[in-house]
Amino acid sequence: MRLWILIVAAVILSSISLFLGATNITPTDLLDFSSDEAEIFYISRIPRLVAIILAGMGMSIAGLIMQSLSRNKFVSPTTAGTLDAAKLGILISMLFFAGASYTQQIIFSFAFALIGTLVFMQILNRIKFKDAIFIPLIGIMYGNILSSITVFFAYENDLLQNIDAWLMGDFSLIIKGRYELLYVSIPVLIIAYIYANRFTVAGMGEDFAKNLGVRYKFVLNLGLVLVALISTTVVLTVGVIPFLGLIVPNLVSIFKGDNLAKTLPHTAVLGVVFLLACDIIGRVIIYPYEIPINLTVGVIGSAIFLIMLFRGRAYAK
Amino acid sequence: MRNSTKIIILAVLALIFVGLYAFYDIKGGFSYAFPRRLIKILAMSVTGVAIAYSTVVFQTITHNRILTPSVMGLDSMYMVVQTFIYFFLGSTSILVMNKYLNFSISIIAMVLFALILYRTLFRADKYPIYFLLLVGMILGTLLGSATTFLQVLIDPNEYLNLQSKMFASFSKVNADLLWIGLAILIVAFIYGFRIMSQLDVMSLGRENAINLGVNYDKLVMNVLVLSSVLIATSTALVGPITFFGLIVANLSYQFLTTYKHSVLILGASLISIIALVGGQFIIEHVFELSTTLSVIINFVGGIYFIYLLLRESRSAG
Amino acid sequence: MIQVKELSKFFGKKAVVDNVSVTIETGKITSFIGPNGAGKSTLLSMVSRLLNADTGEVLLDTNDIRRIKSDDFAKRVSILKQSNFMNVRLTIRELVSFGRYPYSKGRLSEEDIKFVDQALDYMNLTDMQDQFLDELSGGQRQRAFIAMVIAQDTDYVLLDEPLNNLDMKHSVQIMKILRKLVDELGKTVIIVLHDINFASVYSDRIVALKDGRVIKEGPTNDIINSDALKQIYDMDIPVQEQNGCRICVYFNSH
Repeated sequence: MRLWILIVAAVILSSISLFLGATNITPTDLLDFSSDEAEIFYISRIPRLVAIILAGMGMSIAGLIMQSLSRNKFVSPTTAGTLDAAKLGILISMLFFAGASYTQQIIFSFAFALIGTLVFMQILNRIKFKDAIFIPLIGIMYGNILSSITVFFAYENDLLQNIDAWLMGDFSLIIKGRYELLYVSIPVLIIAYIYANRFTVAGMGEDFAKNLGVRYKFVLNLGLVLVALISTTVVLTVGVIPFLGLIVPNLVSIFKGDNLAKTLPHTAVLGVVFLLACDIIGRVIIYPYEIPINLTVGVIGSAIFLIMLFRGRAYAK
Repeated sequence: MRNSTKIIILAVLALIFVGLYAFYDIKGGFSYAFPRRLIKILAMSVTGVAIAYSTVVFQTITHNRILTPSVMGLDSMYMVVQTFIYFFLGSTSILVMNKYLNFSISIIAMVLFALILYRTLFRADKYPIYFLLLVGMILGTLLGSATTFLQVLIDPNEYLNLQSKMFASFSKVNADLLWIGLAILIVAFIYGFRIMSQLDVMSLGRENAINLGVNYDKLVMNVLVLSSVLIATSTALVGPITFFGLIVANLSYQFLTTYKHSVLILGASLISIIALVGGQFIIEHVFELSTTLSVIINFVGGIYFIYLLLRESRSAG
Repeated sequence: MIQVKELSKFFGKKAVVDNVSVTIETGKITSFIGPNGAGKSTLLSMVSRLLNADTGEVLLDTNDIRRIKSDDFAKRVSILKQSNFMNVRLTIRELVSFGRYPYSKGRLSEEDIKFVDQALDYMNLTDMQDQFLDELSGGQRQRAFIAMVIAQDTDYVLLDEPLNNLDMKHSVQIMKILRKLVDELGKTVIIVLHDINFASVYSDRIVALKDGRVIKEGPTNDIINSDALKQIYDMDIPVQEQNGCRICVYFNSH
């Protein structure tokens, strides 16, 4: 899997994404800045593309970081309760502050995502039975519990509709002014790149990391903060996108191995390609309507994950 | 305490909750409210007993105490079939209008699904239990996403409502199928009496069971059909409740330390009635919550599930 | 009499049991021996109906075992495999009572209870009959399972490596009991053994398998000699006679 092929694919899919939609826009329309087409393009299409690119990169990298830190291929924001914790955080902020401001939602969601992931990592430390399959099972269940708490409070406070909206990852609502939070992932990605080697080392275990002079606790916590930041920004702007952080890094690792510094660019770009492809499928199938992205990714992602599970057993033996 | 004493205690508790639910705080139009409550009690009892029964026998033939038909995605299959029929044949199709025909088709599809699942996954002890569990959960996610996906295709604007219109829930019990569900349950129990002792032998494992003259393949086939029919019944009546079977079956194993299926199934059935009718009573009348019982069951079930996983893993590793 | 006729079993393309024909004589202990992967356990599983053969047939007296009803077969032939993992917690007595299932279908008659008592007594388990299986040592648990098979009261008793994970004392104990089953109760025992010396000392006949085929077959003394052993194991194994028993001294051979 060569990087430039992925990049070319991303560029092609991006241009398809830009010119696909209920309003037919041709490149010549854009020359006239005052036309309706150009306005739609700048207010809706470009923000949407940027959102997909940032979310795709972000979620994939978040998954990659979690997998190196836990040394488990199947740990990701979907399978460690991170996304569910972020959702719970949004709900709590809405409960405490009537009509919580965006900033309040961000802070709560981030705090919960961070704490939620930390708690899971703590549970991991206590489990002696570190089976590759066992850990994500616990993680999924943990996410289910967090999610049922969210639904419970949502029911009691008549917020179920809002929560359902959060559940549905959806790019169709992305317009100018509603996605800029995602730019947070850019510095996060840069930090992730700088620290890539240290994440790999930290994943080898505390003793190993200390031996190589890596500040284990610091790197571990940094990794979790980055993951929580990405998850929060994605959940708040787009909604939940399941499986992305799980399957993209795994697909890359099948071809490129597990050296983070080497696989990070591939993972980021493949995340973009995958999400763009899913988004385009969702927009084409019932054109001019749209299928929310989390459904498309949910169907394709879970199917790919199942295949990976069976294949993983095939080559593990 | 002897098992017969324990069963009597469970039966008394079940009766108390049924009585409370039927008569507590029944104001004004007694003749209006009372029959409605009775229908609801009956629906919950039929559901609970069907789930308890199917889970215990399913766990016996698959030789484990963690996998349940629901966890393996059988009730998601019900939803898929329903949506499929609706999607391809439309809401006016005879398969949608005629509830009995519709129900029969769902049962046939679920039996097929269960057989395929069994043949590919359980035969020959090829896969470890946690692997099957993860596969089951992801399969459930896949089927769930596929269901919603189809619903969006049916009606992109109203799919959230479609979900509640098409499927039953605790607050909207499907009373039309109640009597046929009750009939199925009775037939299932009459059949059950004939295989109880074979199931007891089955818990010694495949090889011992064959040694003692159990026609293993035939019994497995019959039990798979039996569980599928029962799960179809319960899902049609109140919708899916993923972790309920797991809770009641394991509580029954823990409370009634015996290998005798007649006792285990009776115990699990009574625990189900206590949990559903009692739980619903407490939600409606004690805490006056607006949440549904499924949310609470998912919460409690999730925690109990993690507990079971951790306990099992300790004995495994 | 059990007759195995041209029996084969394939796993994928590989024949694990390859066109095997063998006759089991009644009232004797017959041991299946051979290197790992020779097909001993697979053969035993097919004889006991745990596994279906791909080609060939197994005759019990003159009937194809596939045509015999499950519970009738369970009254004639019993099988004990090496792994006895169970989900349920049972006492020794409960387990042994299961041996009567082919007759009682779960409701024990007076006669069934007598059989269970006798089996427990036979295996010296009467004093500990109410203990749970998971509280027992490996040897005790193995005895409990053998007691179940005794209660099953079949003419043929098949055992797959019953000495696995047992120490010397318990291994000898089990083999002596099997000998007694044959000599005193007139049973026919077929046993898969890993340890050639247990086969030599306790069995009447030996069937040696290699690569899925029967390579040698006959009375014990015909098999336990250096020539035959060389063919079976590809090793030069000196055989010494001690108190009337032939012992293979294979530890430093090549």
